[in-house]
Amino acid sequence: MNHFWQVDFPALLAAGLASGLCALLGNFLVLRRESLLGDAIAHAVLPGIVGGFLLAGALASPAMLAGALAAALVAAGAIQLVRRLGRIEPGAAMGAVFTVMFAAGVFMLEQAAGRNLHIDADCVLYGQLEDILWLDAPDIGALPREVWTLAGVFAVAAAAVFLLAKEIRLAVFDPAFAAALGFRPGLVHLGVVLFVAAASIASFEAVGSILVIAMLICPPAAARLMTDDYRTQILLSVALGIGSAFAGYGLAGFAPALLGASWSLNAAGCIAAVSGAIVAAGALFGPRRHSVAAGAPSLGRT
Amino acid sequence: MTADTSAASPFEASGLTVAWGGRPVLWNVDLRLPARGLAAVVGPNGAGKSTLFKAALGLAPVLTGQVRLLGEPVARVRRRIAYMPQRNSVDWDFPVSARDVTAMGLYGRVGWFRRLRRRDLEAADAALDRVGLGNYRHRQIGQLSGGQQQRVFLARALAQQAELLLLDEPFSGIDTASEAAILDVLGELEGEGRHIVCIHHDLRTVAAYFDHATVLNAVVMASGPPAEALAEDTLRRAYDASGLKPRALAAE
Repeated sequence: MNHFWQVDFPALLAAGLASGLCALLGNFLVLRRESLLGDAIAHAVLPGIVGGFLLAGALASPAMLAGALAAALVAAGAIQLVRRLGRIEPGAAMGAVFTVMFAAGVFMLEQAAGRNLHIDADCVLYGQLEDILWLDAPDIGALPREVWTLAGVFAVAAAAVFLLAKEIRLAVFDPAFAAALGFRPGLVHLGVVLFVAAASIASFEAVGSILVIAMLICPPAAARLMTDDYRTQILLSVALGIGSAFAGYGLAGFAPALLGASWSLNAAGCIAAVSGAIVAAGALFGPRRHSVAAGAPSLGRT
Repeated sequence: MTADTSAASPFEASGLTVAWGGRPVLWNVDLRLPARGLAAVVGPNGAGKSTLFKAALGLAPVLTGQVRLLGEPVARVRRRIAYMPQRNSVDWDFPVSARDVTAMGLYGRVGWFRRLRRRDLEAADAALDRVGLGNYRHRQIGQLSGGQQQRVFLARALAQQAELLLLDEPFSGIDTASEAAILDVLGELEGEGRHIVCIHHDLRTVAAYFDHATVLNAVVMASGPPAEALAEDTLRRAYDASGLKPRALAAE
C-alpha cells in the first residue's frame, strides 16, 4: 500500500490532472474546427521552454513558463502572418510554423545537452510519469511540484471556463455576431491559445507533449460523437480525459504482469492509446455518429 | 419609438472605403437609407454587400469614411442593433439547441460573466414562437432545415429587441414556408417602427418584398424605390462589370 501512495498515486494524480486539463481546453479547439492548432502550440512552445530553461538553469521555473507563453504567441502570430502573406490554407500555415519552431527547439536542446544540463528530447516527448514520486506520502505539502503546477493551471482554467461560459460559447460558435454585440471573440481565442500553452508546459514534464496533443483532441472529439449538448460535451470530455489517464496507467502497470511478461509499458503511451480507443468506440457506437457523418459535407467555414 | 427615431437615417455611410488584403472592396460609398420601410442591398457576388454591414459594425478595416447607425457611431449603439450573419458563417453541427442560439441575442443585455436567468430563456422561447419554431426549441441546430436555421437566426435578432436589424441574406436557400414566415415577421417589425436592412440575392423578389433598394458593386450604383433603382441599365452596369448576368435579366 505504501508503494501505491509513494509511486502510483502521485503519477495517477499528475496524469489525471494533465489529461483533464488538456481535454477541457481541447474542446475550444475541436469546436472551432482548429484541432491542429493544439498540435501546433504543443510543439511550438518547445523553443520557449528550452530557452527559459537555458536562461534559468532549472526545470519548472517561471522563466520556462514565460518562454512557453511567448513562444505560443509568436507561433499564433506567425501562423496568421503566413496565412495572410502566403494565402495558404490554415492547416498548411500551422504545419509550416510549428515544425520550424519545434526544429529550433530540438536544436536548442542539443546545445543544452552539450552543456550537461538535465533536459532531453525523450523527456519532452514522453514525459517522466514514473519519476513523479511522493516519498513523504501522508504529507500533503510534500506532493511533487508537477502535481501542484498542474492543479494550479487546472483550477485557473476551470474557473475561466466557468465564469466566461457564455462568452466563450458565443465566440467559438459565431465570432462575427459576438463582435457585433461588443464581446471580444479575438481575446477569447487568444486566451485559449495562452491556456493551451500553459497546459502544455505544465503537463510536458509529467506526461510529455505526445500525450498533451492526444488529450487536447481525443476526449473532446469522442464527446462530440456522444452528445449534442454543450455543457455535457465539456464535462464529458474532461471525464473521458481523466478516465483515459486512470485506465491507461492501470493498463501500463498491470497488463504485463497479467500476461506474465517481464517487460513494462510506457504509461503516457498507454493513456494516449486508451483515448484513441475511446474515439474509435465513439465513431463506431456513439449516438451522434450518423448526424456527424451526414452533416460533414456542409461544415466548411467561409 | 416611431416618430422620434424616424427623423434620422438609421443607416448612413459617407465616403466609406474598405479594403481586404490590399484590394478595395467598397470605394467611396455614400448611402443614406430612409427611416421607413424595408430596405434591400443587392449586387453581384463579391460586390461588398456583406463588407458594408461588417464595416458598419466595426468588423471590417475601414480605410476612410464612416458609417452612422441610428444617427450615432456604432460603438454607442451596439445594443440597439441586431446583426444576422450569413447562415454559412457558422458551424451548424455545433452542440447547441435552437433555444441556446436564440438566447445568444440576450448576451449583450445580460453582460459579461453573468448567467442567463429564467426570464431570459422565456424571452428566447417567445422569440422562437414568433418565427414559428416554438416546438423545435430543444432541437440541435444541425437537425433543422436550412429555412428553420435561418429562422433561428432571426429569432436571435428578435430576442435582442433591437431598433435596427442588419440581415445578411435572410432569404438565401430556404423553403417557401420559411420565406413567408420571415417576411411576416419583418413586416411586423417594420410596423413596430424598427428599421430593417437586408442583403438580398434574388432580383426577382426585390420589388415584391422591399420598399427601398440599393444596387451595390464596390460603389453605390443606384439607391431608391425598387422600380427606379433596379432599372435595366443600372443592373447591366452593376452585373456586367463582374462578368455575371443578373438573374432577372437572364430569365427574360
